[in-house]
This record gives sequence, structure tokens and C-alpha cells, in this order.
Amino acid sequence: MIRTENIFKAFGDKTVLHGISTSFYKGKTNLIIGRSGTGKTVLLKLLVGLLTPTEGKVYYGDTDFFGLNKKEKRQIRMKVGMLFQSSALFDSMTVEENIRFPLDMFTNHTAKEKNMRVDYCLERVNLSGINSKFPSETSGGMQKRVGIARAIVLDPEFLFCDEPNSGLDPKTSILIDELIRSITQENNITTVINTHDMNSVMEIGENIILLHQGHVAWRGNKDEILETENEILTDFIFASPFLQRLRAAALNK
Amino acid sequence: MLFNFFYHFGRYLKMMGTALTRPEKLNMYYRETTRQMIDIGIGSLVIVGLIAIFIGAVTAIQFSYQLDGTLVPRWYIGYIVRDSTIIELAPTITCLVLAGKVGSNIAAEIGGMRQKEHIDAMEIMGVNTANYLIMPKIIAALFVIPLLVAVGAFISVIGGYAATVFTGLLSNAEYIQGVRSFFVEKNVTMMFVKALVFAFLLTSVSAYQGYHVKGGSIELGQASTNAVVYSDILILLADYLLAVFFTQ
Repeated sequence: MIRTENIFKAFGDKTVLHGISTSFYKGKTNLIIGRSGTGKTVLLKLLVGLLTPTEGKVYYGDTDFFGLNKKEKRQIRMKVGMLFQSSALFDSMTVEENIRFPLDMFTNHTAKEKNMRVDYCLERVNLSGINSKFPSETSGGMQKRVGIARAIVLDPEFLFCDEPNSGLDPKTSILIDELIRSITQENNITTVINTHDMNSVMEIGENIILLHQGHVAWRGNKDEILETENEILTDFIFASPFLQRLRAAALNK
Repeated sequence: MLFNFFYHFGRYLKMMGTALTRPEKLNMYYRETTRQMIDIGIGSLVIVGLIAIFIGAVTAIQFSYQLDGTLVPRWYIGYIVRDSTIIELAPTITCLVLAGKVGSNIAAEIGGMRQKEHIDAMEIMGVNTANYLIMPKIIAALFVIPLLVAVGAFISVIGGYAATVFTGLLSNAEYIQGVRSFFVEKNVTMMFVKALVFAFLLTSVSAYQGYHVKGGSIELGQASTNAVVYSDILILLADYLLAVFFTQ
């Protein structure tokens, strides 16, 4: 589990996050949703330690992450996998080298063991056989899946996904969502996803927080969304007239 | 202005403190260092050779013109070409050129990785990114650039020979006599010390510019330009200080 306690983050005079206190649960897909510019990515970067909070604490289990020294932080980070919005695959390396990079850097496995692990991860994301391709030779959806394979190669306890569906067609988005959910459940890990994709919210939102102007405006799960009277959430989720009609129809049933 | 200087200097020192620590996985660093050695060394051989040959040739021709009609023996040209090349031209000009070629490349490579979130991805994995991305480049440069400078000095002397002997300004014997006269070993030491210092400066300053780049392609271009400009300024400053130190 990951817990944040009264997190504030300011850049110069501008405060982006105002006292965020929330929890992200193990074995669940935890979603951070909200409009662009509400501080979702900042919160995610704070959770993984790429940014330091101006005030407040982030707990991994019972450990205060920002209270640790560099070496201790590294131990936590080795339990973290992250899928970036841009996939962030190293373009000078092949798919196999990308996935093997954490294994090369942090394990003493033999070459055979590493290859087996890479093949397993590629198989897990349904991309067997593309080991020798370069990221530029693969599609956006494939790059996301390679990013997931790299993120899970060290068997992380915490998986972070920044906009995993951005730039993908709806069908591929569903595939990615399903993949993330099944990995979360199979490995019983804490997954935090930053998204504004409504399909993701309604499909895999087991624990959702809505950020609005740097505050937590709503928290709940996908089943509670339809019934909520929270204006900020309904404005955000059912922004289009089509979705508003769908909601009305669902509520009338 | 002064605050800005101390801000960047402090940040540079902090980055170098993180970069120059014990590597986590030696074989990964070895692989990266050899890749950089090939990139910097083999990749720069042609341009260094080309510049060196012209430096030698132009120095020889210029001195031949200046000494014409004086009482200074003509074979002094070989001696002047050799010493000016070893003491000053080979290390300084080579490293100024390498600041343009290697330095801008380092800044662009690391800066591009920063912008494409590659550095963030590595940091989340737990990689000491300053260490992994910068130290191999510095070590590779410290090995390869002095060798390039030595090769450049040798080619420069050949360039001087070609420009004078093949055109009939000097005889073969005169040039060789000049090259073999008044040899001071300390000058070669000075050349290698200069090459080492300049190599460190151009790689670390360029890496600093790339590592801290923010924004988009315009900022990346600026970082690459700054890498060359600041490396060149620091190389010239260090050149002066080393000249004072070695000649006192």
C-alpha cells in the first residue's frame, strides 16, 4: 500500500497540490483522474520520488519515502515499475535490450536466466518474437506493452502508469487496461494509474481519486460514479451530451 | 550574474559528486565506456587528422615566410613546428574542435534522454543516472582524447614536412634536423596534462548542459550551443593557467 499524508507541492509561487491525503491499495487498480493541469502527473511524480513535496509525506507501507537516504530510496525504487506516457523506451536499444536493462543493472542472473525472463515478460504482454526489433519499428500500442514488460521485469511491488492509453485507439486501450488489471491481480501489487480516459475509469477503476485544482474532489470506485451527485466529477466524467444521456438512461433503469 | 555563476557552479559540483562514484555494475559501465571510446576516438580521428595536417602545414609556411631574410637558420622551422604543435596547437586546437564535435554530441544525447523521459525511467529503476550516463563519457574521453592529441601532434609535424619539403622551401635533411633539435621532454608532459584537463572540461561541462536541460527542442539546441561555448571558454582559461604553471 502507498499512502500520502498532507502533500503540498509548489513551483515558485504556484501551489499545484494542496494537502493531498489518500491511500493506494495493494491488489487494486488505483486511478488518479482529473482534467489536464490539475496536478495528476505532479502527484504521480511525487509518489515515485521524481519530485520532492514542499510539505507532507509519502509512505510505502510504513516507510516514509522522503525520510530515507539515497541508498534506502534505491532499495524501494527497485520494487517500483513505471510505464511512462511516452513509453520512454531507450531508442538505441532493441526491445529485448530495453526489457533486459533492469536485469543487467541490478541482478546477477546468468544470460540464459535473463533471456528466459525477457521472453516471459514479452509473452505476458502478448508480444513474443519481437525481441530484436527497435522501438521505432513498433506501433504505439506495442511500445506501451514493451514499456509494461520492462516495468514488470523485476517483479515490482508497485506499478505506476502515467496516461497508459494516451494516443491509443479504444480497442488497444482496452487491451492495455486489461493487461494492467490482470498483472495487478496476479502479482497482488499496488498499481497507480494516472488517466483521463473514461473507458479506463469505468472498466478498471477499483479505487479512484478525482483531483480538481490540486485538491481531492472525490474518491470512490467505478460503481459509485454513476450514482454520485458530486458536480465536479459529473462535469468531468459526463462532459459530453452523449455520456450525459447514457448516464440518465442508466439511472432510469 | 554572480549568483547565477555560483548557482551553476554549485549544481555542477553536485552533479559531478554524484557522477564520480563507484559504479553499480562494472560490466555495464565497461560496455558503455568502450562504446564511448569508439564514438569519441574513432569518430573524431578523421577531423583531428585533417585539422592537424593543416595546422602543421600553415605553421611551417608562416614561419618560413617570417624567417625569410633573417639570420635564423631555416632548419629552425622544423623545431618551431614541432614545439608549437606539442606545446599549444595540438592539445588546444584539437580540444576546441572536439568541444564542438564531442561536446555538442554529449549535450544533445543526454539532453534528448532527459526530454524523452529516459533519465526519469532509469531513476525510477534505481539507476544513478549521473553516474551511468556521465562517468563512462568522462573516462572514455580521458583515455582517448590524449591519444587523439598525440596522433594530432604527429600528423601536424608531418603536415609541416609536406608543406615545406615537398614545395622545396626546405630540404628533407633541414626539416628533420629541426624536428630533432632542442627536444624537451617536459613539453610532451605538458601536452598530455593539457589534453587530460581539456578532455575532462569538455565532457563534464557538456554533460552538465545536457543533464539539466528543460523545455523542448529550442532549449536542447541552446544546451548544445552552451556546451560548446562554455567548454571553449574554460579550455582557453585552463590553457592559460597551465601555461603559467608549466613555465614558472
